[in-house]
Amino acid sequence: MSSYEGVDFYRVDDLLSDEEKAIREAVRAWVEDRVLPIIERHYQEGTFPTDLAREMGEMGFLGANLSGYGCPGLNNVCYGLICQELERGDSAIRSFASVQGSLVMFPIHAYGSEEQKQRWLPRLARGEAIGCFGLTEPDFGSNPSGMITKAEDRGDHYLLNGAKMWITNGTLADVAVVWAKLDGVVHGFLVEEGMEGFSAPEMTGKHSLRASVTSELVFSDVRLPKENLLPGIRGLRGPLSCLNNARYGIAWGALGAATGCFHSATEYAKSRIQFDGPIARFQLVQDKLAWMLREITKGQLLAWRLGRMKDEGTLQHEQVSLAKMNNVDIALRIARTARDIHGANGILGEYPIMRHMANLESVYTYEGTHDIHNLVLGRWITGIPAFT
Amino acid sequence: MKIGICAKVTADTDARLSPSADGGSFEFSGKSVVGPYDMFAVEEAVQTKEKHGGDTVVFTVGAESDVLSQLRGSVLALGVDKAVIVEDPALANADALGVARALAKAIEAEGVDLVFCGKQAIDDDNVQVPAMIAGLLGWAQVSRVTAFAVDGTSFTATRAMDGGIKQVVSGNLPVLITAERGLNTPRYAKLPAIMKAKKKPTERRDLAALGLSAEAVAPKVSTSAYGSPPERPSGKIIEGDTDTVVAELVRLLREEAKVL
Ligand SMILES: Cc1cc2nc3c(=O)[nH]c(=O)nc-3n(C[C@H](O)[C@H](O)[C@H](O)COP(=O)(O)OP(=O)(O)OC[C@H]3O[C@@H](n4cnc5c(N)ncnc54)[C@H](O)[C@@H]3O)c2cc1C
Repeated sequence: MSSYEGVDFYRVDDLLSDEEKAIREAVRAWVEDRVLPIIERHYQEGTFPTDLAREMGEMGFLGANLSGYGCPGLNNVCYGLICQELERGDSAIRSFASVQGSLVMFPIHAYGSEEQKQRWLPRLARGEAIGCFGLTEPDFGSNPSGMITKAEDRGDHYLLNGAKMWITNGTLADVAVVWAKLDGVVHGFLVEEGMEGFSAPEMTGKHSLRASVTSELVFSDVRLPKENLLPGIRGLRGPLSCLNNARYGIAWGALGAATGCFHSATEYAKSRIQFDGPIARFQLVQDKLAWMLREITKGQLLAWRLGRMKDEGTLQHEQVSLAKMNNVDIALRIARTARDIHGANGILGEYPIMRHMANLESVYTYEGTHDIHNLVLGRWITGIPAFT
Repeated sequence: MKIGICAKVTADTDARLSPSADGGSFEFSGKSVVGPYDMFAVEEAVQTKEKHGGDTVVFTVGAESDVLSQLRGSVLALGVDKAVIVEDPALANADALGVARALAKAIEAEGVDLVFCGKQAIDDDNVQVPAMIAGLLGWAQVSRVTAFAVDGTSFTATRAMDGGIKQVVSGNLPVLITAERGLNTPRYAKLPAIMKAKKKPTERRDLAALGLSAEAVAPKVSTSAYGSPPERPSGKIIEGDTDTVVAELVRLLREEAKVL
């Protein structure tokens, strides 16, 4: 395959600073050296490349948009570009970084005590400790407010009971940010690996995000020290603010997967000979490629604008919903169309297509399903919530 | 110790070079990078600084607007402290000797006593500038180095000879080293370092500032034309069942290609 240069049809690069571009190039080079050569094997074998965790930390990919406590302190556009390049490698690698940075480090950074920050953030930033985020339960996905997991105040400790499901990094994690009800109100707790009564069995049999670890978290009478409560937040706003950060990264990340598929489809169409010429000469194939370029270009402008608004501090969460649902939706459809253009070859691990396509099915659902984001926009437009 | 690096911003390894329409210059499509051999030089300079302390400075000849972001992103971000860019209209058509003169003066002005270069840039395959710099400065030069150590004012270097033989040489500073593949493994730029590289000093010098006249860098060799290699003749596809194909292939290899 010829060298990958991304797609920049509308010169969105002109809207980036030299440093932002240099950061994207650095992440891209790292992904080409460290992720692309090994990821297909991990996907097939259903394993996460754990040795990349520390490297990602060293490179400054983890908690990239947080400052202090050993965090890289980059702006949000840089964080987005990191997600974009990581997801061009594989959604599992981007998911790892999203969970670690936006779902674990962010709440500790924003809502944690000074001791919690000192204890966890530097190690999480370096990738020496791994975190996971437990919100979803077997019976409560799109409706987390119904969660059953609960903590009881037992004077000198909290007693935690319940179960979480679909938790990225769960089995690998040294610390879990777990959302549970305390006197009927959602609170965040730091549950540590090895605590008695806490287990995190891996879920197997996935057809998507196979290079990512997904787990259950089971709590049976876990005695949590009082200082393991996140003191700075109460209510569902806590987990939702985390998700909002992670979704922002996904809006960029999906573009990486989409661009990877577009690139592969274009190269393939130009080199695949049928009816005595490259299939790229057929109008039907060109229509598909032109559509991909169109959607990627629109998605890039959405992501860029979103990033600048986030850096200015003017971002509304509905705007994140629109970008997450749009960019994941087009990425998934681009992956499917790219699969079609690759013909039978599209189902082989030799090309990244089917892997991206299967991964994006999860990305479409997690961090708020596509339709939940539709409902968020519906509520913004009409003022009438359709989902509470 | 003050350590210098000479680095050229050039076409990426997989960029396609092609003569311009009038044949007077060459163009490339794709992105520009600091050449891969120069990156070994950068890494060695940074490692030497990490071991022995000191300052590192990268030198290049080129238009600041073309080279600065590459120098920041791939040289300063790796730990080099400063960049000196020699830019002058008189250097636009300079030959290797002109470039070497400009770099030698800049190196002298910085008071550097150890310089690392790539063994060559990867565009024009000229392989002249480092040796000329060493000659102009009256320094020792060791080329195609695969291992290097400095101790006080003396150095030891291992260089690659024909047939895989290794030659170990030693001498005293100042010295100019050219880096061969295998000297080290260049590190990745860490993202926070890329942001910090923005604040590192970069200095632009013209020929006057270096005490050179335009005549001093006037080319002694000028390019009259660039030409493309001849198109490769297209291959032959032999059709038929295996026996026919093999027989025909053997016949062609023997009679047409004359390799059997
Ligand atoms: C690989 C993977 C990793 C994950 N990682 C994590 C993690 O790290 N931490 C975590 O907490 N969770 C994680 N999740 C869980 C994820 O966030 C949930 O799957 C998601 O919130 C959807 O919940 P659900 O699967 O229960 O689907 P449901 O909520 O049951 O939804 C099923 C369908 O019903 C639709 N629907 C639901 N409610 C409405 C409504 N009111 N109106 C219209 N349609 C509706 C949905 O849009 C969807 O189409 C992960 C999931 C996957 C697949």
